[in-house]
Amino acid sequence: MRFLYVIVLTILFGNYLAGQDCTSILLGEVVDFHDNTPLENATVLVSGKKLTATTDSAGKFSFKSLCDGILELEISHPECKSQFVTLTIEGDTYHKISLEHHLEELDEVKVVGDKSKNTTSNQEEGLSLKDVEQNSGKSLGDALRRITGVSSLNTGANIVKPVIQGLNGSRVLVLNNNVRMQDMEWGQEHAPNIDINSNQNISVIKGAGALEYGGDAIGGVIVLDPLPIARVDSLFGKTQLNLSSNGRGGSITTTLIKSYDSGLYVKVQGTLKRLGDLEAPNYLLTNTGIKENSFSLNFGKRDFLQGWEAYYSFFDSNIGILRASHIGNIDDLITAINSQQPGIINPFSRDIIRPNQEVTHHLAKFNYYRRFKGFGKLDLQYDFQNNSRFEYDVRVGDDANKPSLDLSLSTHTLSAILKLDSNEKFEGKFGALARYQDNFANPDTGVRRLIPDYDKYDFGFFGIGEYQLRSDIKIDAGVRYDFTRIDAKKFYRTSRWEERNYDNDFGNLIVEDLGTQLLVNPVFDYHNVAAMAGLQYDLKNDHYLRFNYAFAQRAPNPSELFSDGLHHSAARIELGDLRIKSEVSSKVSASLERNASNWGFTIAPYINSIKDFILLEPSGVEFTIRGAFPVWSYRQADAQLLGVDVSTYSNWSRHFRSDHQLSWVRGTDTSSDTALINIPATNINNSITYSNEKWNNVTISLESQYVFEQQRFPSNISVFSPQQQEEVILAINTPPEAYHVLAIDIDTRFSLRKNDDLGVGLRVTNLLNSAYRDYLNRQRYFVDDLGRNISIRLIYAY
Amino acid sequence: MHINNPKFNNMKKSFRQMKTTNLKFFTVLLGTAFLMFSCDNNDDPAPVDEEEVITTMNVTLTATGATTVSLASQDLDGDGPDAPVVTVSGSLAPNTTYAGSIELLNETETPAEDITAEVAEEDSEHQFFFDVSGALTETAYSDEDGDGNPLGLSFALTTGDAGSGTIQITLRHEPKKPNDGTLADAGGETDIAQSFSVTVE
Repeated sequence: MRFLYVIVLTILFGNYLAGQDCTSILLGEVVDFHDNTPLENATVLVSGKKLTATTDSAGKFSFKSLCDGILELEISHPECKSQFVTLTIEGDTYHKISLEHHLEELDEVKVVGDKSKNTTSNQEEGLSLKDVEQNSGKSLGDALRRITGVSSLNTGANIVKPVIQGLNGSRVLVLNNNVRMQDMEWGQEHAPNIDINSNQNISVIKGAGALEYGGDAIGGVIVLDPLPIARVDSLFGKTQLNLSSNGRGGSITTTLIKSYDSGLYVKVQGTLKRLGDLEAPNYLLTNTGIKENSFSLNFGKRDFLQGWEAYYSFFDSNIGILRASHIGNIDDLITAINSQQPGIINPFSRDIIRPNQEVTHHLAKFNYYRRFKGFGKLDLQYDFQNNSRFEYDVRVGDDANKPSLDLSLSTHTLSAILKLDSNEKFEGKFGALARYQDNFANPDTGVRRLIPDYDKYDFGFFGIGEYQLRSDIKIDAGVRYDFTRIDAKKFYRTSRWEERNYDNDFGNLIVEDLGTQLLVNPVFDYHNVAAMAGLQYDLKNDHYLRFNYAFAQRAPNPSELFSDGLHHSAARIELGDLRIKSEVSSKVSASLERNASNWGFTIAPYINSIKDFILLEPSGVEFTIRGAFPVWSYRQADAQLLGVDVSTYSNWSRHFRSDHQLSWVRGTDTSSDTALINIPATNINNSITYSNEKWNNVTISLESQYVFEQQRFPSNISVFSPQQQEEVILAINTPPEAYHVLAIDIDTRFSLRKNDDLGVGLRVTNLLNSAYRDYLNRQRYFVDDLGRNISIRLIYAY
Repeated sequence: MHINNPKFNNMKKSFRQMKTTNLKFFTVLLGTAFLMFSCDNNDDPAPVDEEEVITTMNVTLTATGATTVSLASQDLDGDGPDAPVVTVSGSLAPNTTYAGSIELLNETETPAEDITAEVAEEDSEHQFFFDVSGALTETAYSDEDGDGNPLGLSFALTTGDAGSGTIQITLRHEPKKPNDGTLADAGGETDIAQSFSVTVE
């Protein structure tokens, strides 16, 4: 297309120009758009003539003996996008041309292998597109486990909450196409409402250093970005089909992209997933199916100078919760823990029965950016999210089809970020954010609200800078302030209000006294500061050293403050505490890396000291006429997380590669010098991969995962069993034994119409069908983890 | 003050361009922002109507020639922190068969709502289960539902020799009927699970 344009211009003007008096001189200068620095070695070509020039060290070039008239120049530079300039020559003419030097910023260059990072001094690791494709039929949390130091807190196999260096929930931010997900991440059985296939450029920043995304990411940030779309006229797409033996179902996902030379693009993506009851090695896991539908639409125009994007995504899932995990009271829990067999096993079914959860998430965003020559870039964004969650318990009679929990969370966010990049050595970012959130808990459930109605307001400001101190040292630092106000209206049982001693401390919050219950209106303000500083040191010979210190504060979430009630599906009473204040984390992390083609390694130790760490743990038992229930309460304690992530790889030959990972973390409640709950056990992953380009790009890998038994856990609680009429020890904290699972993955590429357009893969997980339980699976009390799964994937690109 | 920095001027120029081309967009954006921070709903939420709450179970045990004994469990705050108040009016006579009857109340309402009638009406969806130990020897159902399966609003309790014993009374909603008499087989939802320690003398 562009070529044609040049030809047309040549024909039009070529003859016209030839007959003129040609003595004019064109003096030109080529500079970098960002900082006006001269660009050397740019090639300037006059269309239609065999005239070329190269810029000198001052970025200058000249053409002599030109004719007056219109001229078209093509300017190219090895690190830049070629540019065409049409100009009029009238006598001696001077013209300055700005070239976009930072190609990567246009998201047009896909760097294979060595991904560009979002941060400088943080520990950050990404997933390759191949990893994402391998996990296309799974959840985000499953895919992320491939990253050293990332594990997951599961409720069965379909609810997978990512855990970064021992921390989860509200401490882990999920950034979906630059929108911070607001999807009730506070619950232990609430997984991120994201389809892994929608934005496949995924990375994890460990720790709170990425202040741009939020000041409260004490655990870390998961960044999901769309894959770059090239600025060419084209229509292309990809469809992936996954079939699994375990669950007897699968998923299909399709992406279609129409892009234009002008920078306009439209991307449509959708996924359907259906799985029936999953299987442990020795029995069926009744009611563990999943139905998931998701859809997303992006369109926009990305130009160098300015651009915009509109994005809408819809995510809807209906997840079955293991039927045997729905228990009545503490005696049922004791029976379940002791029997080691699920109480209910039904024949295989694809239907999802009670208990289950239905979650819908809508996300819409509009983003606009503009660059200012010699200054920087301004980014403005508005996003809206609505998350609605229905949790159904096994209920009877007229209530059978009523949810026990019905929450609707709406969030509006406005943000502006100004990036200053005109200086070659310094890059600064300043941003501001305003957010409003509204939670509505529907009273029609006939069950007291676990989370109350509330309004939440957030305002934040940040400034971060990155400076190239020496050619081999880059430093970065930043500071952020966030204000949060939460304004809730909640009913407390008078007995609970008094038992918690709130009548003394919060008596002024009471709005209405209804006899047995009180309506209260807590309004809490939190002022949180976060700061970070770090450096990246290039030690030469492919070695890097990173060091980062991050200080962060996180305001308590609504669950930590207000939880109050019986969580039927978990048969436990969860209690928040109005007195909970922000937790404060100081984390020092470092990493030494070697990234060479033959072999490499990363050693990344960290220490995270958290003052007033908020944790949820079993604290006792409460008796009701329906029996006794374990109580899980939120409390604050000073904590320390000490850990190290180690990974290494080696390319033994052209065909063989091995990868090894170890993550170790030790969590301590330093106030009482006891172990923290739900800290991932040490695990070791090893894999060996054979690949051969000649045989349809085949790669065969054998993966091994060994998870140690968690030796450090809080002590169990002693409860009175009404059935046994005596105090018994409830082994609610005892971790399961160590386990080892193997997996094999085979991937091949075929060329049907285009090069490597068909991918065929086979993956078998839990190859030996071993029975095991994982400490971080909340259903470990009731059933074994998943048995063998054979899955096939077909990927077709067109 | 007049700033004559070329960079700044460039920026001003760009801003001007931006203003004209995107004025509409900004108006919409600001409008949204205004809306979102000005919508303030001061409505108080409605309290939740808890359905089919049973706060109280009164069990009356009668036998000819023996003092009537009542067992009661009252839990006015439901899932709240207060444990049910369990009372046993006196001791049972040894080697005696008592006729037992159960009354269920919802005392969160005034006057208290009688749930017994509701259970009797939906008898095929309910069943009581009795579990005895110690000086209590056995229980038997004295009533049945419309399908001829046991219900348990009326039952018989037999005591053994003097000593202490316990009786656990469980009410299941929508159990499997008929069942083998165990809670595990019956399933359903537990509405009541209360045990009473009694003395036989």
